[in-house]
Amino acid sequence: MVAQNIAFGVMVGIMGLSAIRVVTTRNVVHAALYLMVVLATVAGLFLLLGAEFLGITQVLIYIGAVIVLFLFGIMLTGARIGKEKLLSHRNKVPALMIATVITAVSIYAAIDYFGADKLPEETRTSTKEVANSLFSQYIIPFEVASVLLLAALIGAIVIARREPHEENLTK
Amino acid sequence: MTVTQFVIASAVLFSIGVYGVLVRRSAVMVLMSVELILNSVNINLVAFGALHDNIAGEVFALFVITVAAAEVGVGLALVLLIFRNRKNINIHEVDLMKG
Repeated sequence: MVAQNIAFGVMVGIMGLSAIRVVTTRNVVHAALYLMVVLATVAGLFLLLGAEFLGITQVLIYIGAVIVLFLFGIMLTGARIGKEKLLSHRNKVPALMIATVITAVSIYAAIDYFGADKLPEETRTSTKEVANSLFSQYIIPFEVASVLLLAALIGAIVIARREPHEENLTK
Repeated sequence: MTVTQFVIASAVLFSIGVYGVLVRRSAVMVLMSVELILNSVNINLVAFGALHDNIAGEVFALFVITVAAAEVGVGLALVLLIFRNRKNINIHEVDLMKG
C-alpha cells in the first residue's frame, strides 16, 4: 500500500507540473510534448487502479495517435515553432479565479463525501472482463462508437479536403 | 489508496484544463486543454469503477477515449479549414456568428 501511495504521489506530481506547462508554455510543440507526459502519467494512474486494458489503450491511442495528430495540426496551421507571445491572452486573472474555485469546490466535495473511503485491496480487472462486458452488455454503444468513428473519419476528410475548384480560384 | 486522492488529482487536472480553455488563443491549444479535461474525467470514471468493483467505469472510459479521438480528428480538420480561409487560428477573431 505504501509503495502504491509513493507511485501515486510521484505520478500526480509529474502530471500536475506537466499539465501546468501545457497551458502556460509559449512553445506550441513543447505544449504537445508536455501533453504527452500528462497522458503517460494518466496511463500510469489507470495501471495503479488495476485497469490494465485501459492503460494500454491510453498509451496506444493518446500517445501513439492523438499526439501525432496534434503535431500534424501544429505543422499544418503554420504555427511559429518557438516562442510565441500571443499564445495566451490577457484574461488570465479571471481564468485563474475560475480554475481555483472549481478546484476548491471539487476538493471540498470529494473530502466531504468520500472522506477516507479506502479502495478495495484488489482492484485489478482483467482484459477478459472488459471484453466480456463490452461485447455483451455494452454491444450497442460499441457498435454506435464504430459508426461514430467512421462518421468522424469521413467528416474530417470532407472538411479538410481542398475542393478542385477552390484551387482554381486561388490560382 | 483512498478514492479521495484520485478524485482530487482529477479535479486538479480538470481545473488546469479549464484554465487552458479560457486563456489560450490558438485553437490547437484549446483542443489540447480539452484533452486534459477528458482525461480527468477518465481518472474519475476508473476510480469509481474500482471503488464499486464495477466494470462499467472502465467501459465508459474506453468510450470517452474513442469519442476524444474522433473529436480531435474532426476538430483539427475544422481548425485547418479556418486556417486556410483566414490565415490564422486565433479563436477570438472567428466571431462571424456573433450577434
